Amino acid sequence: MTVMEQRGAYRPTPPPAWQPRTDPAPLLPDARPHRVLGTEAAAGADPALLRRLYAELVRGRRYNAQATALTRQGRLAVYPSSTGQEACEIAAALALQERDWLFPSYRDTLAAVARGVDPVEALTLLRGDWHTGYDPYEHRVAPLCTPLATQLPHAVGLAHAARLKGDDVVALALVGDGGTSEGDFHEALNFAAVWQAPVVFLVQNNGFAISVPLDRQTAAPSLAHKAVGYGMPGRLVDGNDALAVHEVLGEALAHARAGGGPTLVEAVTYRIDAHTNADDATRYRDDDEVEAWRAHDPIALVERELTARGLLDEDAIRAVREDAEAMAADLRERMNQDPALDPMDLFTHVYAEPTPQLAEQCDQLRAELDAEAEAEAEGAGR
Amino acid sequence: MTTVAVKPATMAQALTRALRDAMAADPAVHVMGEDVGTLGGVFRVTDGLAKEFGEDRCTDTPLAEAGILGTAVGMAMYGLRPVVEMQFDAFAYPAFEQLVSHVARMRNRTRGAMPLPITVRVPYGGGIGGVEHHSDSSEAYYMATPGLHVVTPATVADAYGLLRAAIASDDPVVFLEPKRLYWSKDAWNPEEPQTVEPIGRAVVRRRGRSATLITYGPSVPVCLEAAEAARAEGWDLEVVDLRSLVPFDDETVTASVRRTGRAVVVHEAGGFGGPGGEIAARVTERCFHHLEAPVLRVAGFDVPYPPPMLERHHLPGVDRILDAVGRLQWEAES
Repeated sequence: MTVMEQRGAYRPTPPPAWQPRTDPAPLLPDARPHRVLGTEAAAGADPALLRRLYAELVRGRRYNAQATALTRQGRLAVYPSSTGQEACEIAAALALQERDWLFPSYRDTLAAVARGVDPVEALTLLRGDWHTGYDPYEHRVAPLCTPLATQLPHAVGLAHAARLKGDDVVALALVGDGGTSEGDFHEALNFAAVWQAPVVFLVQNNGFAISVPLDRQTAAPSLAHKAVGYGMPGRLVDGNDALAVHEVLGEALAHARAGGGPTLVEAVTYRIDAHTNADDATRYRDDDEVEAWRAHDPIALVERELTARGLLDEDAIRAVREDAEAMAADLRERMNQDPALDPMDLFTHVYAEPTPQLAEQCDQLRAELDAEAEAEAEGAGR
Repeated sequence: MTTVAVKPATMAQALTRALRDAMAADPAVHVMGEDVGTLGGVFRVTDGLAKEFGEDRCTDTPLAEAGILGTAVGMAMYGLRPVVEMQFDAFAYPAFEQLVSHVARMRNRTRGAMPLPITVRVPYGGGIGGVEHHSDSSEAYYMATPGLHVVTPATVADAYGLLRAAIASDDPVVFLEPKRLYWSKDAWNPEEPQTVEPIGRAVVRRRGRSATLITYGPSVPVCLEAAEAARAEGWDLEVVDLRSLVPFDDETVTASVRRTGRAVVVHEAGGFGGPGGEIAARVTERCFHHLEAPVLRVAGFDVPYPPPMLERHHLPGVDRILDAVGRLQWEAES
């Protein structure tokens, strides 16, 4: 039996015999976002996982702060911070197996770094010395994707290809609430469900698409409800509860791995910072709202749980913070060095072999550079 | 001695054969699109492939072109060689963002780490009586997108040879299939060993001394017909079939125009912002001192593609081509 045949046949029948293809009830998300931290269920959590989540969350927040600082120093062209959303970023990276693939959007630098991408290489796009600074195959992290939701069909195609080849590989695709309005979101979810591709979609609903709130984006009961229309389960999770996100993603990934097909996960969270350093969030939201979300801070939630269970003392907290500071210091130092640039790179990877037309343009640029160098040398010799 | 009569094959059949041979040669080749499986495609180009290679190798996708090309990107990332069919030229537009923002750029974006060997087959052009949205010539959009190869055959043999080359290419190729030539036949013999044609090389279809007609795809047979008709006027026209718009074969085109001293570019796509402007500029830049007259263009009018009952007034025909040839300042010679 081919992969395509596994779904079973559906033939149209005239009205008396008609019935829905599947029962929609089991696909519906819970009425409220799933939570673990601060509930009794947290008691069963693996201490090692909790400590790991905590350390990565602290590192993640420090990374965001450092990257934002680098924009002020002119070292980054722009930085879309994920402060407030670290639980989604870190849980996404940690829920994946080594062989799986991550498909991040432009706000998901933390997830890429938590998966192993070099912190400096992850910023190449935003520094502007190239587009993607890392080899996507090294850590199985697709390029940070700027056109909204266009990375989602890539995740579906890759997961589908892996399944056709018989490989145990699952893809996790990240998208924001604004991205769910894009056509590619719809097409990706539809293809994934029809093909029963081993892919999980994580929507980080942070409340705003730059300035536009969710109520201008959708009239759906929740974004997770959209799953039902595609015939896949929708899950709703507290996006600031790292343990809950890790658990829900873990279940969805295991479901996909076992051949159960895709899942849409909506993580309800909040973007504490503005859209980017170039944005002014005071034009579209009140500080009161931001403060209310600060009280539901993803790092504080894990820290409280660890402390309550006696798994975290002052020394441990200090060690985690020192580790984050060391990471930030390394990032700062390396980002403060001018990147090596070679203008001839413009032509190197447009095609496997440059076209004759590009070869001519390449010669033109080389001549311009030679003339520049000559003029500089003359100036220096004078 | 007996001669075995070979049944001439159509361009559509040659394309089918190219797909089949490519799939047999490389298990990474996957065909996907709307109606390409059970039905064999609306033009029957994928006929029999699902049966021979299974539904996982020749797949009927949901009806969504961005999704088709977007998932093909992911499949190519994982090492497959997707061959995507867009059902008609105008139905390829929803896939435009995936094509421009990802297919064309992924190699460049990743410094060569992630090439995307995807072939996008697009039936294009008019002349088949298609209703609205079924006859567009969209090549200028693709030509203007760095990172894509843009290829279009005009003969049955090239349909086979160029499609094999497109699928074998490690770069994405937009493979434009002239709809009205799908049922054309020529001397191509499917029984003989087949050759793969290089991408980026034009061919001289007809030798001539008076002027060069530079053309491609569906306009090649029209230009050959015009060249025959031109003999009555005393003109001996050369016809260059570009075959590949990107990369562009300046060498062949330049050599021809330097020889003849006159050139007309012929295509169905609209003239304003169309391929002919680029080609005329390139020819002028390279052949200025050899030219006896400005390079002229015979193109579709700059109107939305007409309804079928009016399309004959739109498409460049023999008379319009000869009229342009007549305006190549012959009086200077006498």
